[in-house]
Amino acid sequence: MSAMAAWSRVRAIAAKDLVAERRAKANVVAVTAFGALTLLVFGFAVGPDTATLRATAAGILWLAVLFSGVLVFHRSYQLELEGGALETLLLYPGERWEIFAGKLLANLCVILLVEVVVIPLSLVLYSVAVPDTWPALLSVVLFGTIGFVTLGTFYAAMASRSRSRDVLLPLLLFPMLVPVLLAASEGSAALLVGDPMGDAGTWLRLLVVFDVIFVLASLFVFEHIIEA
Amino acid sequence: MSVPTATSAPVRPATSPPASGAAVSLRGITRRFGHKWALRGIELDVALGDLVVIQGHNGGGKSTLLRVIATAVHPTAGTGHVFGLDLRRDAAAIRESAALLGSNNGLYEDLSARENLQFAARMLGVADARTAIAAALEHVGLTSESDERVRFYSSGMQRRLALARLMLREPRLLLLDEPFNALDADGAELVNALIASTRGRGGAVLIVLHDDARLTQRPTASYTMTQGRLT
Repeated sequence: MSAMAAWSRVRAIAAKDLVAERRAKANVVAVTAFGALTLLVFGFAVGPDTATLRATAAGILWLAVLFSGVLVFHRSYQLELEGGALETLLLYPGERWEIFAGKLLANLCVILLVEVVVIPLSLVLYSVAVPDTWPALLSVVLFGTIGFVTLGTFYAAMASRSRSRDVLLPLLLFPMLVPVLLAASEGSAALLVGDPMGDAGTWLRLLVVFDVIFVLASLFVFEHIIEA
Repeated sequence: MSVPTATSAPVRPATSPPASGAAVSLRGITRRFGHKWALRGIELDVALGDLVVIQGHNGGGKSTLLRVIATAVHPTAGTGHVFGLDLRRDAAAIRESAALLGSNNGLYEDLSARENLQFAARMLGVADARTAIAAALEHVGLTSESDERVRFYSSGMQRRLALARLMLREPRLLLLDEPFNALDADGAELVNALIASTRGRGGAVLIVLHDDARLTQRPTASYTMTQGRLT
């Protein structure tokens, strides 16, 4: 019964965040446009050489997702800070990890939505063909996104009560993201440009391990972060 | 009506257990934010059925005291119990029976009034949420505007909606921080009715006020808070 109540609260928080995000259409559209623009700008910076574009496509794709994600994570807690809703949220019955899980779920949905636009666009802009191993590529994208969103949701909570949160979040998040970013971009690159050494499987397994560690650690520590 | 003259809180040793039947029992509670002490050695007992009023100047620590009792803020030192439950160890259990109406309404502006209440009902585990929400909206007079986004509500309507959220359940301890703010005469009646119904169920009410003129019930105790001290 208690687990069902907890799951109900997790879903309520996620649904509430998604409805609010849907209402503020400009945010989702702006974040997606920002991701697309990042791809475009990096494409110009890399230059017109097709081989170079293909080689850098995976890394740039993940950077575009990362930059877009920071905006999503900011917004996630901004919702709670407007009108003092965070305190009301903290005073509902239930455990703190449920709040984190709900926000994680909502952010995951939004980032996956952004990726639905950004990934095909990156394939077009960087002249990359869809590989035969696309299911494996989707797995790398999924597990990379889970790790990224977990850390983003966690550090956004940490930064949310600071007046300098806009600067603080990237400063906290980006260094911690290095393992996930490395594994996700290397795994994606291996699958996009061919994987003769079979590296993608190793990177994927690494991503799964990162995800398990990050999700469990965040659920456990979130209480101390949000109450600080 | 006038509030009785401020009285000193009964003082007991910090190690004494909470009084039997006590809704709130605080012993030597302090809270510091950075270098500023918001609460200094608060001693307070609130019994079931009590209506306790706390007044004082801005920045005196009144809201912080309510937030500590509601478990929104942990005390820096001291011990506190709500219905015999420890403020630190049993915070989750305390939240089951205590409800706070803060100075902010804690509403989501991009959601409608109904959606705000639906969210609250799910978080609170209200059994028959649809009926409870309809009744709460009706009670605060917001039924016809219930599908409008809260962003477009006046401050008085937002306060009414925050009251409706409190009505979704029947807390045994009601903590009200300037509940009459932004409310018209009808709205003030809603607050007084909420206080009466909570006490009628045997619950306790702790209320922070600048001006007690709109409070129609006679408090069982009244305190003044100055620079984090309760007198």
